[in-house]
Amino acid sequence: MNPVNYLYLAALLFTIGATGVLIRRNAIVVFMCIELMLNACNLAFVTFSRMHGNLDGQIIAFFTMVVAAAEVVVGLAIIVSLFRTRHSASVDDASLMKL
Amino acid sequence: MSFPLLTATAALPAVGAVITAAVPAARRTAAKWLALLVSLATLALAVTVLVRFDPDGARYQLTESHAWIKDFGVRYELGVDGIAVALIALTALLIPFIILAGWNDADPLETGSRRWRPTQGFFALILAVEAMVLISFEATDVFVFYIFFEAMLIPMYFLIGGFGDRAHEHGEAAASTQRSYAAVKFLLYNLVGGLIMLAAVIGLYVVAGNFSLQEIAQARASGSLHMATNTERWLFLGFFFAFAVKAPLWPLHTWLPNAMQEATAPVAVLITAVVDKVGTFAMLRFCLQLFPEASKWATPAILVLSLISIVYGALLAVGQRDIKRLVAYASISHFGFIIMGIFAMTSQGQSGATLYMVNHGISTAALMLVAGFLISRRGSRLIADYGGVQKAAPVLAGTFLIGGLATLSLPGLAPFVSEFLVLVGTFARYPAIGVIATFGIVLAALYTLVLYQRTMTGPVKPEVSAMPDLRARELVVVAPLIVLLIFLGVYPKPVTDIVNPAVKQTMSDVHKTDPKPSVEAAK
Amino acid sequence: MENLIALLIAAPLLGAAVLLTGGRRLDRVGHWIGTLLSAASFVFGLILFVDLLGKNAEHRTLIKHLFSWVPVAGFQADATFRLDQLSMTFVLLITGVGSLIHLYSVGYMEHDERRRRFFGYLNLFLAAMLLLVLADNYLLLYVGWEGVGLASYLLIGFWQHKPSAATAAKKAFLVNRVGDMGLSIAIMLMFTTFGSFAFGPVLSHATQASEGKLTAIGLMLLLAACGKSAQVPLQSWLGDAMEGPTPVSALIHAATMVTAGVYLIVRSGAVFNAAPDAQLAVTVVGAVTLLFGAIVGCAKDDIKKALAGSTMSQIGYMVLAAGLGPIGYVFAIMHLVTHGFFKAGLFLGAGSVMHGMNDEVDMRKYGGLRTYMPVTFITFGLGYLAIIGFPGLSGFFSKDKIIEAAFAKGGTEGWILGGAALLGAAITAFYMTRVMLMTFFGEKRWQPDENGNEPHPHESPRVMRIPMIVLAVGSVFAGGLFSIGDRFLHWLEPVTGHSEGHSPVSAWTVTGATMVCLLVGVGIAWAQYGRKPVPAVAPRGSLLTRAARRDLLQDDFNHVVLVRGGEHLTRSLVYVDHTLVDGVVNGTAAGFGGLSGRLRRLQNGFARSYAVSMFGGAALLVAATLLMRAV
Repeated sequence: MNPVNYLYLAALLFTIGATGVLIRRNAIVVFMCIELMLNACNLAFVTFSRMHGNLDGQIIAFFTMVVAAAEVVVGLAIIVSLFRTRHSASVDDASLMKL
Repeated sequence: MSFPLLTATAALPAVGAVITAAVPAARRTAAKWLALLVSLATLALAVTVLVRFDPDGARYQLTESHAWIKDFGVRYELGVDGIAVALIALTALLIPFIILAGWNDADPLETGSRRWRPTQGFFALILAVEAMVLISFEATDVFVFYIFFEAMLIPMYFLIGGFGDRAHEHGEAAASTQRSYAAVKFLLYNLVGGLIMLAAVIGLYVVAGNFSLQEIAQARASGSLHMATNTERWLFLGFFFAFAVKAPLWPLHTWLPNAMQEATAPVAVLITAVVDKVGTFAMLRFCLQLFPEASKWATPAILVLSLISIVYGALLAVGQRDIKRLVAYASISHFGFIIMGIFAMTSQGQSGATLYMVNHGISTAALMLVAGFLISRRGSRLIADYGGVQKAAPVLAGTFLIGGLATLSLPGLAPFVSEFLVLVGTFARYPAIGVIATFGIVLAALYTLVLYQRTMTGPVKPEVSAMPDLRARELVVVAPLIVLLIFLGVYPKPVTDIVNPAVKQTMSDVHKTDPKPSVEAAK
Repeated sequence: MENLIALLIAAPLLGAAVLLTGGRRLDRVGHWIGTLLSAASFVFGLILFVDLLGKNAEHRTLIKHLFSWVPVAGFQADATFRLDQLSMTFVLLITGVGSLIHLYSVGYMEHDERRRRFFGYLNLFLAAMLLLVLADNYLLLYVGWEGVGLASYLLIGFWQHKPSAATAAKKAFLVNRVGDMGLSIAIMLMFTTFGSFAFGPVLSHATQASEGKLTAIGLMLLLAACGKSAQVPLQSWLGDAMEGPTPVSALIHAATMVTAGVYLIVRSGAVFNAAPDAQLAVTVVGAVTLLFGAIVGCAKDDIKKALAGSTMSQIGYMVLAAGLGPIGYVFAIMHLVTHGFFKAGLFLGAGSVMHGMNDEVDMRKYGGLRTYMPVTFITFGLGYLAIIGFPGLSGFFSKDKIIEAAFAKGGTEGWILGGAALLGAAITAFYMTRVMLMTFFGEKRWQPDENGNEPHPHESPRVMRIPMIVLAVGSVFAGGLFSIGDRFLHWLEPVTGHSEGHSPVSAWTVTGATMVCLLVGVGIAWAQYGRKPVPAVAPRGSLLTRAARRDLLQDDFNHVVLVRGGEHLTRSLVYVDHTLVDGVVNGTAAGFGGLSGRLRRLQNGFARSYAVSMFGGAALLVAATLLMRAV
């Protein structure tokens, strides 16, 4: 099978993830969409690795997984504590970052 | 190695500033005395510089030179010529009077007010300004000069914004708003000027490869350093812009009235009599020496701007309702004369301009400090709030009149000599500009005498009828200044002797000779 | 001997310094210190005069170099004094009349609490005036020139609590400053032309300069003279200057300071001789002013202002004579000296009348005072006869010579100038007779004032009478003393030069015509103010009279054009400075502020909108990369 098809799939997954981040309000869903985007990137990396015939892409994919795992830990902790204080997991309710 | 006199002169007030700032707030009287003593000691050092300086000797004397930032060719280089010596003496002379005049200006506010005013900070800041001004006069390295030229803004900003004049017609809150407006305006104007100069300083380094004034000037004079015409002009404009803001030249002048109006009288004197002189001084030292051709190229435009300053400043002084604003606009007019004298490119004009810097410092100090004493008595800066003060406080009125007469350049008082020299020097090369500038003397009489008439003469207003006359401390401040005004008006030779050789050098830097009289034989 | 010249100035200068800084403890003796130092200066002057008389006419110039004042490359101003016949004449006039007026002021200012200060200012004036006439270069002269202006300012405004006095003082200084501008431009011109502004180099090389430059210098000197000597068009300050105490009017605004302009022109004779156009301008100014002042003098009811008009007119005569060149210089100075005697005497007489009349100045409230104050009447009367040119008295000799010289200028100009001078003589006779009749003759017209105080006219104390008598003696004999044997002519000629003019009319015809004019003037005045009683309220009068009462509308012109125009100009400039010059800066600041306000809205705190901008940015970067690759 032509490896380019995997790239199309990665682009599709990334777009779905990005759209989800932009339009969903629930923090958990947003979070899942971010994971989706990360995995789309991983898929692209692995595909490129296969296309170019070296292992760089696969190594970076492992890195991404590690970072994503760390991110999940921190992100979920933030979401949980937000939910505890505000009784809501909507990202639009927390607009405290402006000046 | 000999004793580093110039460094000591500038370092003493700097060290004094640090120690004064460290005095605990409860012992503020000690801080005042300490500051006064430090300023007097600095004056003693400045007098030593004056004595050690040989007018007929080398161009730069008492020089010090140490490597500083080797990678960029920055050296810590100091040296003074006659012009710098005269201005160092003026600065060191005025600071004790400024401290003494501002003795009670920074005392804590009456109980109940929540503003924090560290008395010792006021005096420390004044000393800090003195240190930076002195080193700016001494620096012969463009980079060193630039650093202190800019750093001066910091203490000045706090002096204007933190210790401003509390007399305001619309109460304390309005005064506070006005004050911070004035302080920010002062800072921004000078910062913009300074940044443009920074670009020019870097440009100069790129072209010349080092920052040493003497080296660059020599290389330019001998022809080993060639600068393209346009490069020279742009660099000149970068330097000149900063100095014109500081001086200030029309139309870059509007920060001065605000700053002088909102600062206390002694700080206003510090601004106009001391700090602003760095601008005109730097025109003589840096613009003319480093960029002689560009200076000549820009002369017509600068003369016209200074002429506008003279007439415009005087006309606006006539229209003011606020005493301190009036003095500020008068100063703008006087700075016009100074800049005109510098760029007339005649010996008379440049000697006159240097003399003018000294005399303007003394005369403005006399007028402004007495005005400050007057304002502190009545709590108002508005001319209309006064009337008939002469009856209640004759000595105050008399000193005010003498300060005013000096401002209008009455012959016999110091400013006359310098103003006439500037006029003659300009007239010799540019008759039309010289004649128009002469209108300035009529306008000067107008604003001074109207001010005197409205405040001092006429029926006594009830608010001023119980006004106390000058106190001993205030008399100690004013009397020496008046004596000096009369002395330098009758016998300016001590100053001209120091200044003349330096002016001769500057004239040869720009390759100019004085115009010859049309009837030779009369000489 | 030369050192005495410096002492001449030092004595009154010391007096001024001591009196003005001495404080209250000198209040009781201050006036005598001032008078004594003034008299000392007069004595020094006399000693120098005797010394000069003992020398040959050619060696009567003493030079005293004190120190180098402003030494700058190419520009040399020295503190050097020159005493020659011309300055000697002035020194004696200034210190002599000055001392007499100091003495008079001791009585006149007796009840003023600031008398010490008054004497300090008077001494300051003497010092400055002496500096003016003794200076050896124009810049030093300028110092004295503005110094007398300062003293005049301080003395006109001496009663500062009166707003009118303060305003008059300011006006005098300002108008004089306009004149001073002329002097400073003249000095600058001299510097660029001759490389010097000392009398010696400038005057001895005057002929080598181009006529255009000399004319410019001459006209600028004339402008200066117009300011100081209250000549048209800068005459408006003199009438208001009468707000000052009367001794001041006598000394400064009649006898000495206002004649400084004449001194300046005569001193610069060499420049004017080589610039005929400038000379013509001088004569025109003189002729116009002598008529202008005389007409104003006719209409004033204030005795001091009438005398001020007369002063203006008489100085017009002197300026006219000075403009005639070598045929007139000597007579200008001679008239100046005799005028110093009789006009000072007249003013002191007026002061004495006011002293006895509760400071009333309106002549319509005088009348019949000759019996109440006989000494004042006689001395004033002698001064009156002298000024109208009664044969044998001072004014007769000096004024007659000027009229003669005016005719001798020749051509149409000569006829016009001579005619103007003759007409002036008639008007002088008219207004002086009017003053005399309204003050000393007729019925008494004074009334109790609103507080019910009726004036009790009385003769003044002896300290005031003595100066009046001395000046009256001078008014009677000075002219004869000077003219008989041409003593004054021979004395001044070495300095000013002299040439006899060729008059188209004989000297006797001129004298006859002058006498006729005199009689006509006196006759009309008598018909109007002697035969009929003087109304206590001024009648409306003709258009000319009403205009003359308002100084021929010159103040109105100044007010509308200069004062109003200036106010509008400064007000609009203040507006421009605030809105335009400052506006550009504040506008830039406001622009940045507004822009950052807009940009700040992007920071709304919503995580999703930040994400949009991130995606947008990434998309832009990708697009840009693709675009670059395509190109």
